[in-house]
Order: sequence, then C-alpha cells, then structure tokens
Amino acid sequence: MYATDVFGEHRRVNTPRSRSPQWVALSFFLLAWPWAPAAAHDQLTIGIVQFPPALNPDLEAVAAKAYVLGFALRPFTVFDANWKLVCLLCTELPSFENGRAVKTELPGGKTGVNLTYTIRSDAVWADGTPVTTDDVKFTYEFGRAKESAVANAEMYREILGIDVKDDKTFTLHWDRLSYNYAAIDDFVLLPAHLERAAFADPAQYKVKTLYATDPTNPGLYNGPYRITEFAAGSHIVLEPNPHWVGPAPYFKRITVRAIENSAALEANLLSGTIDVIAGEIGLPLDEALAFDQRHGHDYNIVYKPGLTFEHVDCNLDNPALADRRVREALLAGLDRATLVKTLFAGKQAVADSFVEPLDAGYTDDVPKYPYDPARAKQLLEDAGWHAQPDGTRKNTDGKTLSFELATTAGNRSRELVEQILQSQWKEIGIDIRIHNEPARVLFGETLPHRHFDLAMYAWLSAPENSPRSIFRSDEVPTEANNYAGENLPDYKNPEMDRLIDTLEVELDPDKRKALWAAAQKLYATDLPSLPLYFRSDAFILPKWLTGVQPTGNQSPTTLWSTDWGEKK
Amino acid sequence: MIRFTVIRLVEITAMLVLMSFVIYALIGLMPGDPIDLMLSADPHLTTADVARLKALYGVDRPLLERYLAWARAVLSGDLGYSRLFLTPVAATLPPRLGNSLILMGSSFVIAFAASLGLGVAAARRPGSRFDGAVNLACFAGVSMPTFWLALILILVFAEELHWLPASGTGGGETGDLADRLRHLVLPVATLAVTSIGGYTRYVRAAMRDALGQDHIRTARAKGASEARVVWHHALRSAMVPVATILALSFGTLVSGALVTEEMFAYPGMGKLIFDAVMGNDYNLALAALLLASAVTMLGNLAADLAYAWLDPRVTYS
Repeated sequence: MYATDVFGEHRRVNTPRSRSPQWVALSFFLLAWPWAPAAAHDQLTIGIVQFPPALNPDLEAVAAKAYVLGFALRPFTVFDANWKLVCLLCTELPSFENGRAVKTELPGGKTGVNLTYTIRSDAVWADGTPVTTDDVKFTYEFGRAKESAVANAEMYREILGIDVKDDKTFTLHWDRLSYNYAAIDDFVLLPAHLERAAFADPAQYKVKTLYATDPTNPGLYNGPYRITEFAAGSHIVLEPNPHWVGPAPYFKRITVRAIENSAALEANLLSGTIDVIAGEIGLPLDEALAFDQRHGHDYNIVYKPGLTFEHVDCNLDNPALADRRVREALLAGLDRATLVKTLFAGKQAVADSFVEPLDAGYTDDVPKYPYDPARAKQLLEDAGWHAQPDGTRKNTDGKTLSFELATTAGNRSRELVEQILQSQWKEIGIDIRIHNEPARVLFGETLPHRHFDLAMYAWLSAPENSPRSIFRSDEVPTEANNYAGENLPDYKNPEMDRLIDTLEVELDPDKRKALWAAAQKLYATDLPSLPLYFRSDAFILPKWLTGVQPTGNQSPTTLWSTDWGEKK
Repeated sequence: MIRFTVIRLVEITAMLVLMSFVIYALIGLMPGDPIDLMLSADPHLTTADVARLKALYGVDRPLLERYLAWARAVLSGDLGYSRLFLTPVAATLPPRLGNSLILMGSSFVIAFAASLGLGVAAARRPGSRFDGAVNLACFAGVSMPTFWLALILILVFAEELHWLPASGTGGGETGDLADRLRHLVLPVATLAVTSIGGYTRYVRAAMRDALGQDHIRTARAKGASEARVVWHHALRSAMVPVATILALSFGTLVSGALVTEEMFAYPGMGKLIFDAVMGNDYNLALAALLLASAVTMLGNLAADLAYAWLDPRVTYS
C-alpha cells in the first residue's frame, strides 16, 4: 500500500492507513498472505538528532553536516571502514613509489613534499559542469584568505602553492612532510563556477555562499545525490545526481529528518515515519541498548566501536593528583570491565591507552591496571594517604583525600558512570564530590581555565591522529594562548614531546608504529588522564536495508551510499 | 485614551531598548563562545585557527563595543546574519514565525474556546458532579508534563494506530493543506490539552464572581433570559481578569513552545530561540527574543485597552 508521507510524497508505509475496518482487515490479510510479494522501497527516511546549521563543507565542522554532505559531496581522500586511506574524487593516492609524492628541500633546511593528484575524469557537478582544477585553485584561494572563516586553515597554511598541469591534474606543495601526507580529507572542493562570485568579498563569503543562500542549487554537489529540498530545522531531501556516472544509487529519494528528542526519535522509527536512526548522530548507546531489548528483533542494530575516547582528566596542579601513585590508585580502584559490561552490555571496549584498537598505531603492549582495590589502597598508603576509621583517608597534615569530579550535566550515560566511579573510589577511601555543569559551561569555561580536579569527557579523534594538541607541553590552555590548548591536565613530559614530534614526520610505517607504541606506553605509565572506554555508535537499520557499513572513524556511512540497497 | 496609548508605546520602546542590552549582555556572559563550540567538534582545529576565528567573528572584542555595533546596524534597518544558519535574520525568522503562529494560534483558539464553554458551564453549577469533573480534568491537564503527553499521543496515534504522523510540518513541496493539517493535529492537541486546564480555572473563577454580582441579580429581576444573563452580562464582566491572562499568552504565539516543537520535530520559534541562545547567535537570538517581548507588551497594552471596552467604569486619562 502506498500513501502520502510526511512530505507529501508517495512512499510505502508499514501498515494500512485506511479508516474503513473492511479495508483494514483486507489489507492485513493481503499483507500477511505468504505469497504476497514484499513492496519495494525506493525511498528512505533517516532520523538524526541534530540539524546541520549550514552546508558549506569548508566552514565549521559539524557531524550532522558531514553526514548529509556524505551523500552529495566527494572529498578527495577518506578513511574507509577498514581505516585505510582511499581516493574518492582522485584517481590514485600519491606515494613515493608511484612518483606522485616527491620530497623537496625548503629554505631553512626543512623538508617539504610535492603531491600530485588527478581528479577523476567522470567527476561532474550536478548541474553538468565538470569538476576541474579551477575548483581546486578556487578552494585553495578561499582557504588561504585570512577573512574567509575557513575552519581548518592550518591545512591551507601548510600548502605553499598549487601547480596546475591540466584540467584534472594538479600538484600541492606542502611545507612539511608528515606520515599522513597523502590525506587531504579536509580539502573539499567548492564549485568555482558558482562560488567565485560569492567570494568577491572574502569577509562576507560565509553569509554569501550559495550553500547558505541557495542550498538546492545542483551545481553545489558532485556526489551520487544532490540536495533538492532544504527545510531549515526540519529536513533535507536528496535525490540522485543526474550527472553522476558512478554506481547508480538505489534509492530515488532520501530524506534526512532532524528529531532532537531521542524518545520522539524512537517513536518516529516505530511509527514508520523514519526508517533508520543514523549511528553517527543518533541514539546514545544506553538508549540504543534499551531500544534493542524492546524492539531489537524487528531491526538490525549494529554497534560500531569508534574513535571517541572517554576518559577522566587529572588536573596535575592538584598536589594529590600530581602524585602518580594516586592516579594509579584511582585506576586500579575502578572496575572498568564490569562497568562497561553492566552499563553498556559490553558493547564498548575498555581503554588501556588513548589509541583505539582499530587504529594502525594501536598496541596492546602497555601497562594495564585491572581492578585491584587492595593494590589501590596500598598505593594510597604509600603516597601518604592513610585510612581513617570513618572510611576516608588523610595525610599527615590532616587533609582529607577528596576530589571534585566534573562532567556534562544531562548526559545520562556519563552521570551513571560518574556514580559508579564515586562509589568504587569511596571503597578505597577517596571522597568524590560531583560537580556537573552544562556542556557549554564545562567546555567553555571550567575546562579551558582548568578549574577542576577530575573531569570526565571524551576526545574525538581521527585515524592515526597526532596527539599533539592533547599531550604536547606547549598545548596547555593559558591566558597567553587565549585558553585555546587542549592539554588540560598540564601534562609535561619532554619524552612525550619528542615522540610526538618524531612520529609526525616518520614515514616508515613500522618505525612509526614503534613510536606510537612508545607514546601509548608513556601515557599509560604517566597517566595524565584515566582511560575509561572507547564509545560505540549504534546504527538502527530496517531489516530490508543492505550495504550500510559503519566506519567507526570520522567518515560517515553516507559516503558509500551507492552501496545501499534493499534485501531481495 | 490616545495619550495613554502613546505613553505606553513610548514605555514599550524604552523597555525594548533596555531589554536588547540585557539580552545581549546575558548571552555574552554565558561561558564559551561560537568558536569554543567549533573546537569541540573539530579535532583538526589548531590554536592559531581558534585565535583567527575569534577575531573574524568579533568575539574577541569587548561586549559593549559589539552591542553598540549591533544597535547601529539595527537602527539602519540591518538585523544582520544568523551565525548558525548563515542567512539574513530577516529571512530566517519568517518561516519559523509562520509555523509558530499556526501552531500556537490554533492551540490557543481551541484551548480558549473549550475553556470558555467548560468554565462557564462549571461556574453555573458550582459543586455539582460536572463541576467536580471539570475541576479534576483541569488539574490533570495542568499537572500533565507536556513531553509525556506528547510522547503518549505519538505512541498511540502514530506508532500504534498509524492514524497521524509523528513529526514534521507536512505539506511538502506541493503545500498539501490536508497533509499540513494532519501534521498539526498532535502538537496542537498537546498544547491545547495542557493549557485548557489553566484557562478553564480562570474562566470558572471569574464567572463565579461575575454571577454573584448585583447587576446580574438585577438583570435576572428584569426578566432577562438565562442565556442573556450568562453570555452577555456575566461573561463580559468575567472577561476583564481573563483578558489579562490572555494578554500574557500573546507572547507565546511568537516565542513558540520548545518542548512540543522538539517532541514533534516541528520547526518553530521555541527551538529557534533555544538554538540561537545556546549557539551564541546574537543577531538571531536578539531579534527573536525582542519580537516575543514586543508582542507580549503590545498584548498587555491591548488588554488594558480592552478593559475600557469590557467595563465602562474603566477610563484612562
């Protein structure tokens, strides 16, 4: 049975809508009849919890925007589901072996690299205009302009110049040679034939860009889909790009709807208003697990571990936390395995260091701290914190061992975890005072100004992402750098600085892996933060939908939407 | 009357100017700024990028300087651009405003019409079973959390019965009116049910007072029909206090209903204002909040003027 859906279009609904009892009965009979063929789904509606604010791919990184643009824009390179760097818009990744990467000596003895990419010959904007090096030049011009409000300007600063060989081939001159030299994920092309006029005044570009003023203009998109309807705050409709020459997308229409309340999101799924809850920006894991228990048999629910690292930062300015034995005691006094099993049904991996097990740099050979309350108590005794009859611990100055634990108020998972931490640390004599704040207060004020003892939150990373901003000693937020660093514990270890500097420029994968391993060992030894677990995303998919392969990294599943289809 | 109206309009203007500064300062005093929000979502953003973007968005300038720049632009007719949506505020507001007016206006009319009938009927039979039932229903309606009622309605009418859509505004590209109305049923019902109770209580109390007044007894003694006594004489008196409550509700017509909008994924002003405030979108937040404030104050002015019409004893000089 077909009916008018929420957007006035025709799509199959899950149950009959006629109000006549006879029709209801007849419809049920027909649908239940074993030989009745299953109706095809040529449309798909996806629910997400955040609406993308604006669609320009190079202004401000937002998960919802990346998700939607995955259908409609091809980046040059991305990490796929195997966490392997692949070309999407280019023909071949540059390497020294294929001659597309060439080392160069720069003034001052620095080593740079020239990287040559070729745009796929069949790459076309959805208005029929070919994707060319003119778009590359324009995007570079945009990224280099100081007034352009590009989010990641560092990448453009590192590119010294561009040489254009022809309409499809160009060479980027980088001012440094790092291990991930071939990855230009953030270099997402802008259509020069449309956007150049909007860029006449670079300072005004952010509000003049056609992605904001005319988001359904087909010339803005070069992926398998293009955006045909943009209802701000409500939904976005995508339809196949008529000029796309790659594998034809299966769905004739994809609607991405923003439903911010997770209970309403679930209800919309169950009512058939949406077909899918996206894992990237869908239900939190605890709610997905609860949904799984109630309705799991009706859906394919895929749990994918990712790059989000939940941990507890220790403020090393606190004299008690500055003692490594106290930090180790905190970790040894915590039963993370049971915590993950109990709260998250074992769907999230316990973290022993800051690198995710799927990452190329991961090593298992790090100091581990299994649950051992006796050892935790002994460590605290050794550190001068002696057990008192009332269960607390005091040092010789009579000071009680007590910390304030901060996290984001309203985040149910974290609040539950926090209660377990408080309870288990109380068992070893550590008093924890919970001090939660709304996310914007915590991340905007408390953490950058380092007004905390212990802070539980997550780092969002990328495959083989350098930990420079979180561990290097010059990345501590201070008034001098306008509180912009992310080394919140104030961790300073020259060996960690050296490892970061070295691994960033080490091209040999084996040698780099050894450096990554050394960095992880050092982290797990020093424990500037307490690793908890790596978060998983839950993808809730209808049983008939095929081809959705979560990546676990920052590349959304939508980049491979041409693999999506229907089970026959 | 004209002098009174002019003075009140001047007061409203002064109040809006004052409020614009207070709102601007309050948003500015909130911890974090738009660039901090960007930083939390982008692992590649460097310290240098943060400093550059803060300068570009002007959030590194003193609050007063930014406010004066905004005020100058507004006086020249430029509401500026929304930082979140990258569109002119003047273009961002109208669609959301339209949605909110439809949602809030429909629920307001339904709730008020129902409460008028229920309140008058209950006031005419105080202490009766009907009065008790209305009172009970009113308390239930007032006590019911909006999100809970919304969820129950979605579960029953969208998930179980599949009679109505669970979210969105409908209409699609074709502007299908029937589809639009179907999408309005559940959010309007949610808002109406949760506000009928309050209105009914006010109408009932005001009517009970009015029905006990001397002029009602006189009207009855003169032989006026019961319908005329109730709907013409008593209701007119009762409408004076009720008008105050209604006037205070005008602001919600343009400020939306955050919880209901979120539950039904309805793009209205409530969610827009919330996102604008949380996203440090000064231009958008100010325009939306000032609009809501202006409508509330104008609603109050209208109520004051209505008193004179409803009660001939009231005069303004």
